[in-house]
Parts: sequence; structure tokens; C-alpha cells
Amino acid sequence: MIKTDLYTINIGPQHPSTHGGLHVEAVMDGEIVRDAIVHLGYVHRSVEKIAEARTYTQFIPYASRLDYLATHLPTLGYVQAVEKLMGVEVVERAQYIRVIMAELSRIASHLVFVGSLAIDLGATTGLIYCFRDRERILDMFEMTSGQRLLASYMRVGGVSADLPEEFFPAVQSFIKDMPGMIDEYNGLITGNEILQARCKGIGVLNPDVALAYGVTGPNLRASGIAYDVRKADPYGIYERFDFEIPVGEHGDCMDRLVVRIKEIEQSGNIIRQALEQMPEGEVRGKVSKVLKGEKGKEVYHRIESSKGELGFYLIGNGTENPYRVHVRAPSFVNLMVLPLISRGGKLQDIIANIATLDPVLGESDR
Amino acid sequence: MANNTDRDKAFNNVRAILEDKYEIANDPFFTYITANSDSLLSLMQTLKEQLGINYLSNLTAVDYGEEFEMVYHLYAIPDNGQKLAVKTKIPRNRAELPSVTSIYPTADWQEREVYDLMGILFSGHPNMIRVLLPDDFVGHPLRKDFKKEG
Amino acid sequence: MENLILNIAHILTSWLVSLGIPALWADLILLILQWTCIVMIITLNVLVLIWLERKVSGFMQLRLGPNRLGPFGCFQTIADTLKLLTKEDIIPAKADKLIFMTAPMFFIIVAVLLYAVIPMGKDMTVVDLNVGLFYFISVGSLSTICILMAGWGSNNKWSLLGAMRSVAQMVSYEIPLAFSLLGIVMIAGSLNLSDIVAAQHKLWFIIMQPVAFVTYFIAATAELNRGPFDMPEAEQELTAGAYTEYTGMRWALFFLAEYTNLVAVSALASTLFLGGWLGPWLPSWIWIIIKTYLVMLVFMWLKWTFPRIRMDHLMSFSWKILIPVSLVNIIITGGGILFFKGMGW
Repeated sequence: MIKTDLYTINIGPQHPSTHGGLHVEAVMDGEIVRDAIVHLGYVHRSVEKIAEARTYTQFIPYASRLDYLATHLPTLGYVQAVEKLMGVEVVERAQYIRVIMAELSRIASHLVFVGSLAIDLGATTGLIYCFRDRERILDMFEMTSGQRLLASYMRVGGVSADLPEEFFPAVQSFIKDMPGMIDEYNGLITGNEILQARCKGIGVLNPDVALAYGVTGPNLRASGIAYDVRKADPYGIYERFDFEIPVGEHGDCMDRLVVRIKEIEQSGNIIRQALEQMPEGEVRGKVSKVLKGEKGKEVYHRIESSKGELGFYLIGNGTENPYRVHVRAPSFVNLMVLPLISRGGKLQDIIANIATLDPVLGESDR
Repeated sequence: MANNTDRDKAFNNVRAILEDKYEIANDPFFTYITANSDSLLSLMQTLKEQLGINYLSNLTAVDYGEEFEMVYHLYAIPDNGQKLAVKTKIPRNRAELPSVTSIYPTADWQEREVYDLMGILFSGHPNMIRVLLPDDFVGHPLRKDFKKEG
Repeated sequence: MENLILNIAHILTSWLVSLGIPALWADLILLILQWTCIVMIITLNVLVLIWLERKVSGFMQLRLGPNRLGPFGCFQTIADTLKLLTKEDIIPAKADKLIFMTAPMFFIIVAVLLYAVIPMGKDMTVVDLNVGLFYFISVGSLSTICILMAGWGSNNKWSLLGAMRSVAQMVSYEIPLAFSLLGIVMIAGSLNLSDIVAAQHKLWFIIMQPVAFVTYFIAATAELNRGPFDMPEAEQELTAGAYTEYTGMRWALFFLAEYTNLVAVSALASTLFLGGWLGPWLPSWIWIIIKTYLVMLVFMWLKWTFPRIRMDHLMSFSWKILIPVSLVNIIITGGGILFFKGMGW
């Protein structure tokens, strides 16, 4: 009798793609994946413990290093949580600047997604196209905060500085060029037959399973459930903007790609509206120099990050350090479904699945 | 999209179903339900089946010295205005709690993280091992009495 | 200009004969000289090709490519070769030493053997075999053995798996490769490569046999383990490919051999489909260089544009699509030839 054995292949933690230190142990039966065991913790920096020894403002750079591909989003979530905790009002102009920066971050993060999906599947040139466009966004970040990637631009009560003069023509030209860029990605990457063969019908995530496992963000929307925290539980001034939530049908890798490309368009929409509506005024609110959280008061604030629902749970201490900070990381929860969608597929599909779930290990491991 | 009247309606809804068995409190952001380790599972069951709360967003623990407090934040998808926070206190020397993975599978890794960093054991969890720290790590760093080196 | 190389050869042979060496020995020496020239051509070609590939991919990706060493970075490949020569030669302890060490040698030998029948210009084939095309395809398929030797000799589970995948891919694409060329053989009526070139003096075969050209191109890309079909090599991301245990110059030999194969296959494509050395004004041996480089540029273009095809899609594409297409092409070509003969054209 011929017997077959299962063997394991380790993918990572040193991985030739930009997802970070992710280690997946694939249990294989010939060509078919029987199980994919995820090992995390390679990028664990005990950020939650560090937070207990920092002041509220000192934690903002740590928050930016959570999702390092779209730094304004976690910092926005964190400062909004602190503002909720202390009952601080944010000035109007800063609200609009925050929205513009957050949406630019979302676009930057999705551009990394599209590029790294292309290069993971072998289309090296796709990466360069996306990163070329991302350079324009990083230049805009440098103009405003001085930092390209890890900007600590948000402050409790506002933002740290006003937008410089050269920002507006840069962002206007970026918004104008965006439909052309998206056509290019659709032609080069989404429309490519080989990529479609490798993504259509692969890694199908059932909407009930997604909901049960707490998957959020574009992954949930690709499975057909139209849930976006910006619409369901609006924070900041998102109710003032008119935008759509793109939804996929099948929940496969292709849908996850298409949903994110459509979200890039929608973010452009929001930025355009924010630029039109932005008033003049101060950008830093009147906040006391020393921020103290009320003892025993706690708050859980969630935002729609580019990866899903990013939540900050803060408990005040009566002092200037928080008693407890917990980050509800979307990448951590999203990665839970990787074994489920990889079982029964081929080894190369695990790569496509990891790429389309879009984890950021900085956030997943904290 | 939920507004104040939706929120009040949701709160009254919750109160109506749960008031007799659990403590309910309210603040501008959440409806807090207090349960103990025996009633936790049946509360979660009630929330899921009778109130349609199908999304467990966040699960974490806080070290208050003599006791730990577990916090669960739950919502409904599609959103109906309900924002619930379930809190359970457990004594430090018997840090155990039933796992809610049978009702909300999303609790799987989040409970592993609480075990990893806080040392609370969840009975009935399918895979109670560390998730972020190495398997041979000794101690639970997020506890307030964890000795920090350097 | 046209007969420059032929004239040099004649002068050389007559000089040798005038020294008193019998004609047979003079021919033999000429043959050896021809082989040396071919090896030099191959080496030069590979050096240029590697540089060209890096520059072309840089151009497609809005980058510069190598630009430090020499004008436009053209000495980069030499520097890389020198570096590889100085690397430590590691042979795994349990490896089958004979097979391990001879695999790259055989690979490059097989690749060089292909150049024996390629017409480098008018009357400039090293050995003008009557079954030139047949020889080319058969010798070309020997490279699969070399990859298996590499995988087996490494004594590494993953190398063997990678090698077997590579071989499976190459064997499945041999068939459409050969079939696509049968149409041309039928039209030209000969397996001799010079005859095939001569048969194109009115019309290039790419216009008469477009389907065969596309099939040949795709099958050749798969044969070369290049472009969208480089899954066995790219498996180095996950598991190791067949070449993992090779270091330094041995590893370089594999890639040298692959590029040599690339030039040979492109030269064959230009001979069979693009009219070989036929062309106005310029000497014939310059035409074949231009056409070969054009075909190679298209190979590079494909490689840097498309993602990788998954292994099972690759196999099903060959067996379920390419082979039927090439068979239909043969039938239609045969029918066309009968029709034209019947009409008396």
C-alpha cells in the first residue's frame, strides 16, 4: 500500500515581501495545503507596557509605529481616543486637515498593498508603478510634518502645524492625476490574465465566517458586507462627506484587490471635498500643557484604518500616564482567517492570501 | 448610522432584556453590562441570539491589583446603534474565565493574547498557548508586578 | 563586407595548406577555431545580455539600472563575474560529488552544442546538418537531465522537488515547441536550417505561420524557465529551487547556460520565423544579430511585465491548450499546402 506523509514548509519569517516578520508553517499533502499555522510575535515591541510609563502625548510616536505604512491613521485614532477621554474639543481647521492626512495615508497604504501583491505574484514592475505614485504622497507628508513615513503630526486637540503653501498645489495635482493612475493599475495589474487566474476564486472568505472571526475593513467588504466605521459609527467630521463604500461579491483575492483600488478613488473624493470645505483658523486646540486622564475613566475609540477597525482602549489614572492602553489591531484579528482560506488550496496561494489580507506586522504584534 | 434617539432606543432594548439578571450602566459612549465568570457565557449567548450582537470587536484585560477585569466591546453588523461593553472581574489568585470562542470565534487569538500578556486562563479555549511572546517565556509582562529589566 | 568572415576563413585554410599541412588537418584546425569563436561569441553575448536585461528592466521600472562601472554601467557584469569567481566553493557534505559537480558543466555543454547548427550568416553554419532542426530540438531537451542532476546531486529534499517541477515544466513544453515547428518544416520541405532560411526569401514564415510563432514563443519561454514561467526558480522564495546548494562559479555557470540557451533559442526563432540572415543592404551576419537581439528584447519585455503562472495552471495550459492549438496548426498547414499544390501555385 502506498502511504503518503504530510510535510511542513516554513514561509518566513524572513520573507521577500513587505509584510514584515510573519511566519506561516504550511502543512502540505503533496501540492495541497492541509493547514497553515501562523506564528506571530517577531515584531512584538510591548508597546502597551511602554505606554504605561509615557505621557499621553509621548505615546503618539509609538502609535505611529503601529501601522507604519499609513501612520496618520493610528495616530488619529489614538489622539481621538485621548480627546474622548479628556473631553477635549478639536478646532475646525484641524479636523479637516486630519481628514485629508488620514485619507492620504489610506491611499498610501493601499498603494503598498497593490504593489506588494503584484511583486509577490511575480510582476515586479507593478511594485515600482505603485511606489512611484506613493512617493508623491510621502513628499506631501514631508512638507507638512517633516517626516515621510513615521509622522507624529497629530496632537491632542488638533495637529502640530498648519499646512504649508506648497501643499495645496501638490495635493490638487495628485487628485487630478488619480483617475489616470487607477487606469494604469487596472490595465497593468488587475486586468492581467495571469494575475486574474491567480486571484479569482482563490482564498474565498465566506461573509459569515468573516463576521464570526471579527474580520473588518476591506477584507470584510470584499466578502459582501458593507460595514465601514466611518459610516456606522462616524468619528471626527466624516458625516459631512459624501462617499461610497465599495463592496465585493465573492470574497476572493480578486475582490480584495478591486475593493481597495475603489477605496483609493473614494478617498480621493473625500480629500477633494475636505479641501473645498476647509475653513481658516487655528490648528492647535487650547489644551493644557499637562494632560491628565481622570481616574477610573475609560474609553474605547475605534476608527476605520486602512486594514480594518483599529481600536484604542484607554483607562485614565488621575496622572499624566495612562493606566492601561490596549490597541485592538485589525491585522491581528484578520490574520486569524488565513488558515481557513488557505486550506485546500495550493502552496502558492498562501502567498496570494497573505498579500490580499494585507497584514502589517507592526500593528499585528504591537 | 446611529444618532442619539437610536442609541437611547438601543439602551432601552438592552435594559428590557437583561435588567433582571445583570447590572446595566450607561455613559455617552457605551452601555456597560457587568457579569461574573459563571454568567458570562449565558450573557454572551443572550446578546448574540436575542439582541443580534454578532460582532465582538475587542477583548482585553486590565490589572487592578487584587483583581483582573475583563472587558469585551461588542457591536452589531449591520449597525443598529447598540454599543455594548461587558465587564467581568476575576480574582488575581484564581485568574480563570470561560472562553467565549464557542459563541464569538474572533475571541480565539485575542484570548490567547490576554493569556500571554496577563496570565488569565480561559477554559474551553481550543488552543490555549502564547501568541506574541516566545513559547518558553516565563511570566506575564502586562501585569503591574512584572519586573522590568534595565 | 558580406563575405568578410568567409574570406578570413579561406585565407586561413590556404595559409595552413601552404605550410604543408594536409587539407583534412587544416579543416580540423578551422573547425576548432570556429568553436573557439562560438564560445567567445557566447561569452560576449552573455555579458552584454545580463547588462541589457538589467538596463531594460530598469527602464521599464523607471529606474536607471547599473550606471556606475564604465559608461552606462557596461562593466558591471565583469565585476559581478570577478566577484563570483572569488566566492567560496561549498559542496554539501552528503552530496553526490560527481553528479553535483558535473551538472553545471553538462548544462553549459548542452547549451553550447546548440550553436553548431545555427546559420550565423550566408553559408556560415558550423555544421550544416541535413537534420539541423531535429538536432537542435533533441539536444535542447537534454538540459532537463542536467537540472535533474543538479537537484539530485544536492542531496536536498527541496532541491529535488524544485528540480522535478522544473523538469515537469520543461518536458510538457517540449511537445508544443516541436509541434509548432512542424508546420515550417512542411512548408520548407526540409529540416536543414539553411534551406528553411532560403525558403523565406519571398515571405517570412512569421506571416505564414503566426500561430506557430506565438506557440513557439510561449513554449520557448517555458523551456528557458524564464518570464512568466519561472515558478521553479522563484520557488526560492518558499522552498529552494534546483540550484540552491550551488555557490560561486558553479551557480554562475547555471545562469550562464540559461542565457546561452536564451540566445540560441532566439537565434532559432529569428532563423525560422524572421528570415534568418536575409535582409537588404547590411551583411547577413549583422542581420542575424539584429533579429536575435530583437527577439531577446521581447523575451525580456514579457518577463518584466507579467506575474508568475501557478504550477498547475502552467501544466494545464501546455497540455490542454498549447498542444491542441499546435496540432490544429499542423492540420491547417498541411491542408493549405495541399490546396496550394492543387491550385498549381
